[in-house]
This record gives sequence, structure tokens and C-alpha cells, in this order.
Amino acid sequence: MTITKAAPPRADRPDAEESQGRRLDSPLALTMLLLLVVALQGPLRGALAAPVMQSWMTVFVAVVVQALPFLVLGVLLSAALAVFVPPSFFARALPKRPVMAVPVAGMAGAVLPGCECASVPVAGALVRRGVTPAAALAFLLSAPAINPIVLTATAVAFPGNPEMVLARFVASLIVACTMGWLWHRLGRSDWLRLPSRPSTEGLGKGAAFWGSVRHDVMHAGGFLVVGAMAAATLKAVVPEHWLRAAADNPVVSVLALAVLAVLLSICSEADAFVAASLSQFSLTARLAFLVVGPMIDLKLFAMQAGTFGRAFALRFAPATFALAVLVSVLVGAVLL
Amino acid sequence: MNRQAQAVILFLVGVAVLRAGFTDLYLRYVKAELRPLLLLAGAVLIVAAAATVWYERRRTRASGGEEHEGEGSQPGEGGHVHREPRVSWLLVLPLVALILVAPPALGSYSAMRAGTALQQQPWGYPDLPSGDPLRLDLADYAGRAVYDHGRSLGDRRVKVTGFVALDGDGTPYLIRMALNCCAADAQPVKVGMSGELPPVLRPDTWLEVTGTYTGKRTKDPVNDGVIPYIKVSEAKPVRAPRDPYGES
Repeated sequence: MTITKAAPPRADRPDAEESQGRRLDSPLALTMLLLLVVALQGPLRGALAAPVMQSWMTVFVAVVVQALPFLVLGVLLSAALAVFVPPSFFARALPKRPVMAVPVAGMAGAVLPGCECASVPVAGALVRRGVTPAAALAFLLSAPAINPIVLTATAVAFPGNPEMVLARFVASLIVACTMGWLWHRLGRSDWLRLPSRPSTEGLGKGAAFWGSVRHDVMHAGGFLVVGAMAAATLKAVVPEHWLRAAADNPVVSVLALAVLAVLLSICSEADAFVAASLSQFSLTARLAFLVVGPMIDLKLFAMQAGTFGRAFALRFAPATFALAVLVSVLVGAVLL
Repeated sequence: MNRQAQAVILFLVGVAVLRAGFTDLYLRYVKAELRPLLLLAGAVLIVAAAATVWYERRRTRASGGEEHEGEGSQPGEGGHVHREPRVSWLLVLPLVALILVAPPALGSYSAMRAGTALQQQPWGYPDLPSGDPLRLDLADYAGRAVYDHGRSLGDRRVKVTGFVALDGDGTPYLIRMALNCCAADAQPVKVGMSGELPPVLRPDTWLEVTGTYTGKRTKDPVNDGVIPYIKVSEAKPVRAPRDPYGES
């Protein structure tokens, strides 16, 4: 913690002033909200007593409770990785030639766990420390999709279909490496606005670690709630024959779940459980959901645009989406 | 949302998860195997909340002028990392759902919306052990009745447990939901009841049914799955079992 003392104090001011204003209102708002809920719990329970609402809530809570441990585990490991492994390590560990560095970086994603929210800033840090952008992008795409925690969660979510784990691994790795090579051949450096410094630097290790855990749990947790609400609605409210109609058409089912993955923005540690609940859909369609989701969704698009610039994100995101759908269908045809 | 509010939410979510894990509440939503992970996650969340408060206090105490400098060189850049997205507020929802409402395990409503999910055992059906009446899993009974055509059941008296659900025209079914992974993918296994039934059957009450195999069967209107019947000789209401789901 001694490093923090040498700081020039000035630039924190706008942030500090703003949070001074927020400091009053957000805990207050939270307290009032919780009090209100407790005070109104009688009527609230009454309103939620209808069978539709009860089964909605049960599915909603089930998805959250099932996914939360995996999310927490993933966030812990990715925070440890971000804080305790210096980015310069990766620059030294990767081959010098970009064509070779891409698959190595892609495979590194399988060993080094990173939550997708963490992978964008980590990839930014990699580029700043001199890693070739193509390799950093391959890592950006593969780390959240094929890390051990995500694969374990997938195996837990699909106990009867272990081939799903293999399919997810293969398809995600192919997409990540292909996107890396594509960037190497077609990408232009002026599309990439070089990322600026992440804010955890200069904090003590402990503060950076727990700050990262807190931020990721709050962030990914919020999106997990969105995903759980969607899964519960599909399960408890939407008539079964609609889903069956969508699921029966192979093209519609793949596209529908791919788009759903983009809209829901679920954390990759948690998405397998949502996919498992969509049991009307074919395994290939659910594979598309699992391959697209960790690579591109609304939240990631926003983060990529913020970290690498809009010009980059507008080209990178659609290409990733199209490639991810295509590869999932091919891999699904072979493996599932 | 600022960091104090975040710490409160982390803490409360951690407590809610721990409470669900230490009681049998979690069995309404997930499988028993998840319990250790659930407890671990709850503990980590509480530690994260404590760490947030701790570092926040240090930060405000040091804010006389010596604060962290990470954002120093890039004004405006650090801000967007700290300002938590509004989506974090949604974490209040599972909190309310888990602490105040604690929704029940899936019951007749979900069961009648979904088609019966009876699966054939690939290794066939071994002979029944002795016992009279013999206690059988509902899915085991249904599998033997449908795929084994009752051969291994014969006219043995069996005892099965499940909850009641009624379809549109009032036909009573005995149902057990089977989990693949968590309640989100639960699918029902349905068995029709004929014979001597209690005069009033309320949906979602748990029954312990003693009966024998009957050749009668019907089709599930939702997915055309086969629903076997059991000829009931005695049905008595029981408490819901500790783990309301069966394995699928």
C-alpha cells in the first residue's frame, strides 16, 4: 500500500466531487427501497401468489442461485489474474510472429480464467504492453469462452451431454483464432484507439483485487439478473408451443438463440445454465448461444467501444457475430 | 450506486445465499451437490463487502490530499470504471425474492405447461426387490409401466410419492419434477391416477399413493408423450419431501 502515498492528488477531484453527491443518494435510495419492500411485503406476497408469478420467481431464483457460485469463482480468479500477473509477462511469453502468437494467445484463454468483463480491460492492457493486437483480440475472445470455470459450468449444466463441453471449446477456439488472423490480415491500426490506463494501477494489490471482485460481481451480477428474468419469462410465461415452433425450424432456432445471447449479455460463467433451461431448442442452437454470448453481446460491445474505440467495435462485433454463428453450426453438425 | 451501497448489496446477497444453503431452502432451486459451492460463494461475497467497506474507509481517511493516483494521468478515464452501471441495482431483485418471498418449488402449474419427460433407461429394468408394498420412485414406476409394459411390476403393490396436478377436464395426475441441473430446466414425469381416489384432490398437495400397475395409458396433450396410470388403492396426504425433485 505504500506505493499509493506518492500520488499527485489533483485529478481525482471531478470523480470525488461527483461521488460526494452520489454518496448521499445511493445508500439512501437503497435503504428506502429495502424498507419499502419490507413494509409492503404482505401485499407483495399476495400479488406474487398467482401460479404464473410463483413459477416465474422459482425459475428466476434457480438460475441466479445456480449461476452465482460459478460467477463468484470466475470473478475471484480473473481478479487474481488481473492484479497479480503483470501484463508484461504475456508479452514475453508469446511468440514474436503474430501468426503464431494468435493460436498461443487463444489457447492461453483456456488456461487463464478471465471473466468477460475482465477480458476487455486485460486485452487492452496487453496491447499497451506491446502484445500484437491480433493476439490480444484472440485472447479477448477465447478467455471468457473456454476457461476452466466456464467449461466446468457447462459440464454441470449439461450432465447428459458431455460432448457439449467439447463442442463449446472447439467452436470458441476456432472463432477466436480466426478473428485474430482476420485482424492480422485485414485490420488497420487506425481503427484501434489505443486503450488508456486502467484505473486499478497504482492502487495497493489488496485494494485492486477486492475492487475488481466488487466491480465484476456487481456488474456481471446485474446482467445475470437480466438473463435470469428472460429465462424465467421464456419458461413460465411464453406458451410452450411458440417456443416449440421456433425450436422446430433449424435456421430460426439458431438465429433466435444467437440474437438472444447478444441481447441478454449474460456472464459466460452463468450462461450455460440459461442455455440448459432452453430445453426445447436443439443442442446446435444452444451451442450458438454459448459461443456467441461470451464473445459479443450488448455489454461487451459497449465495453469494446469504450476501450478500443467505436470504429473498432463497429467492425469487430458484427464480424465476430457472423463468424460465431457459422462456426457453431459447423461444429454442431460435426460433434452434436 | 456508490461503494457503500454496493457493499450493502454484496453483504445482503451473501447472507441470503448462506441462509439458503444452511437451511433446506436451496433444495427448492438447485441440486444438493451445489451446496458447498453455494456456501463458499456466500462467504466470498461477505468478505468482498467487508473489504469494500475497509478500503473505502481508508480511502476517505486518506482523502486529505493523498489519494490513489491511478486516474491521475487520465482525467475522466477512471470515472467510468468507478461509476457502477445502473444494471447493478437489479441485484436487489433476487435478494427480495430469496429473503422475503422464497418462492416454492415448482408445482402443478409448471408441470401442466410442460410435456411429460419420461426417458427410457438404456440398461433395461431389473427385477424389483422384495417388499410389500414396495416403495418406488415415481419415474421408476412410470418407466417400468411404459417401456417395460408393466412386466417387472406384475401385480405387486407399490408405493409412490408425488404432488397432485389436474388437467383441463379434472383428470388427476401424480407428478414429480425431474432436474437436469437446476429448477430452470425441471421437467415433469406424470402418472395418471385411477381407482379409489380421495373425493377432493387439491393441486400441489403431496400424496403417498399405494396401488398396482394398470395397462391404461394416455397421451400428454403438450408433447404427445405417454402417460401411464396407476390403480390407486390407498392415497394419503404427506408432507413435501426434503428434496422435492428427482434426478432426470
